Amino acid sequence: MFKKLTALLLAALMCLGAVAMTACSGDGSEAETSELPISEVALDTDFEIPETFKIGFICLHDENSTYDKNFIDAAKRMQTALGLKDEQVIIKTNVEEGPACTDAARDLAGQGCAIVFANSFGHEGYLIPVAKEFPNVEFCHATGTKAHTEALDTDEKEGLKNFHNAFADIYQGRFLAGVAAGMKLNEMIKDGKITAEQAVIGYVGAFPYAEVVSGYTSFFLGARSVCPSVTMKVRYTKSWYNEAEEKSAAEALITKDKCVLISQHADSMGAPNACEVAGVPNVSYNGSTVAACPETFIVSSAINWTPYYVYIVKQVVTGKEIAVDWCGGIKEGSVVLSAINLDVAAEGTFEKIQELVTKIQAGELDVFDIDTFTVNGKKVESYLTDVDDFGDFAPETEAIKDGAFAESSDRSAPYFDIRIDGITELS
Amino acid sequence: MKNDVKVKEKKTHEPLIHITKRAALPLSQAILIRVVAILASLLFCGVITIFVTGDNPFSVYATIFDGAFGTSVRIWRTLLETAMLLAVALALTTAFKMRFWNIGGEGQILIGALATAVCMFYIGNSVPRWALILIMLVTALIAGAVWGLLPAFFKAHFGTNETLFTLMMNYVSIQLVRFFLNVADKSGQSTIGPTELTHGWLPEIIHPYFLSILVVAVLTVVIYIYLKYTKHGYEISVVGESENTARYIGINVKKVMLRTMAISGAICALVGFLLVGGTHHGITTSTADSRGFTAIMVSWLAHFNPFMMVLTSALIIFMAHGAEEVSSVFGLNASFADILTGIILFFIIGCEFFVNYQLHVNRKKKNLADEAKEVA
Repeated sequence: MFKKLTALLLAALMCLGAVAMTACSGDGSEAETSELPISEVALDTDFEIPETFKIGFICLHDENSTYDKNFIDAAKRMQTALGLKDEQVIIKTNVEEGPACTDAARDLAGQGCAIVFANSFGHEGYLIPVAKEFPNVEFCHATGTKAHTEALDTDEKEGLKNFHNAFADIYQGRFLAGVAAGMKLNEMIKDGKITAEQAVIGYVGAFPYAEVVSGYTSFFLGARSVCPSVTMKVRYTKSWYNEAEEKSAAEALITKDKCVLISQHADSMGAPNACEVAGVPNVSYNGSTVAACPETFIVSSAINWTPYYVYIVKQVVTGKEIAVDWCGGIKEGSVVLSAINLDVAAEGTFEKIQELVTKIQAGELDVFDIDTFTVNGKKVESYLTDVDDFGDFAPETEAIKDGAFAESSDRSAPYFDIRIDGITELS
Repeated sequence: MKNDVKVKEKKTHEPLIHITKRAALPLSQAILIRVVAILASLLFCGVITIFVTGDNPFSVYATIFDGAFGTSVRIWRTLLETAMLLAVALALTTAFKMRFWNIGGEGQILIGALATAVCMFYIGNSVPRWALILIMLVTALIAGAVWGLLPAFFKAHFGTNETLFTLMMNYVSIQLVRFFLNVADKSGQSTIGPTELTHGWLPEIIHPYFLSILVVAVLTVVIYIYLKYTKHGYEISVVGESENTARYIGINVKKVMLRTMAISGAICALVGFLLVGGTHHGITTSTADSRGFTAIMVSWLAHFNPFMMVLTSALIIFMAHGAEEVSSVFGLNASFADILTGIILFFIIGCEFFVNYQLHVNRKKKNLADEAKEVA
């Protein structure tokens, strides 16, 4: 009997032990990295926040997704910068793009949040009805397209004033990351590892719409600005987060399509990990993956949401209106680059990027300059896009202004969806 | 001599614990066991949470309560979710009573939701609101009835296994919804939400959720009467007890089976209609949100009694919302809510064992062991 009891007790202890054990993997990275290529921008935190103020965040996934981690980390930096207590910052994770978002938003508003922020494109439609229900709460949505259309006053109804969209000029960051990629390709050509014609970049994209197209095109233009012979192949996973799909897409690009450098716009570690295994250089997104991929990671562009968070808090507590569409760039500190991995990046990458950052800020360099790309061999002089979102999918706005595609100027979310020469979509 | 006895004892190997079925437990005692189980589950959840967060247990319990009833938004949501789960449980119960294991509630909800969404999306602009709502309701009910009739028809005529059949119908519905989302949403994102389904929203009385809750309240009473006091209800229970007896007394078993499954499917579809038309105003592949499966538990725990189901569904929703809040407040991954809900359900279901069976710890052996000790 005692034996049995002991056995039972042991079993119970082992169960508890298993629960108690937390994954504790050491940071094995020994890669040497540079300083941040874009210097940090000081936040404007000079305002009083009442004790009762609360802000709520709705995230599609949790920290395991690089995309959501980027939002969550930004929220924590904002909390520290503004000295908010834990009770004042409520983060809801794994909220799917459906009625769960309505429930979460309603719950946050019901708890007394003055601002509710949602981070995924598909949240938008489910957030708008809640914004109508709680006119005194400000609803902010990243990557969305409907705010400026909803805000319009029509004969039938008054426009929605407490719903806002935000994004960043991330194409600038992508362009700079592309320059780093192009310089790496140049180095590989110089070292005789590949010929100029073999300079093919592989790109793992989530969905074939503007947000992704704008991203890979700016990345490609960055690469081509330093390495003229480069071409690019794109594979889509049709999901924002699918580790297995992203991994196999990267593997297919490497083995089947003979790509010698990979970048991605999807949210898991699938592609970077596949690159590390195959020993193929990788330009990342949403944040540095140098810890997991010390041998292949070059640099990563990301949106830093902290400046926007600080901005919306300031507007609300000081009783000012939040912009219907807000789009931060390098100047606002919204577009950032990670430290460069000096073990992998080509020599001089850091200096080159710093030089270009100055040019972009001075307005001397336009990422989507129409002289830098063609469609079917022709220059694009005029292009209509669907900026107003009435659900008609009919383009109505001229996007080419002053010799460049004016990305994110008429609305924060990207609308560059031109398929340019040199890039092939495979799936 | 005594040593001999001991050796013999070892050979026969009497188990430490043996189990007997209880005849019938007085109601008060049965309730007591269940209350103890819930308290024990809360205690265990508290221990686990403290273990993970290091917070004090009372703040954990306060958080659970706060998650379900903390604000008026939460009270309404708890009521709504309880009602939706209850309605599905009522639907399944009609089938369960005749021993027809309908585990296709999930698919029947979805097909009702899909029918509703299709009406709202394609004819929303062209008919007046009241007509649209009526069309939505009727198409949803028909779709659900068909989804229930299919497995019933094959069981009645070919003796197929209804558990597998209804289960597989779930996947058919999910794929149909996915197909609709791909076809209907031209943005490529595959989402059909309130900005797409702008017509045919159910009228708002008192609160956006009130109408749905009211419908389910009425439904509960209707199903109770239907099962207990009508001829149909009687036929269902006779078929459930014994198909041969039913046949012997002249009940058309096939007819009862088809009729009951049509009703079961239609009620599930009604839930889909209420979800899409009344509260979500959108559809995803997870609109049913596992209610079709959770409701099985609600129904069984309540021993198929509609009024008891009000309690069991309320309990499950209360716990789920509480657990959700705990993981949010203590900054844990959302999976932690699933862990807590899992623990709570484990205790609630586990306690049914103690309601139905009795444990006997074998004392004889212990005495022997004591005697042996004394001798030594």
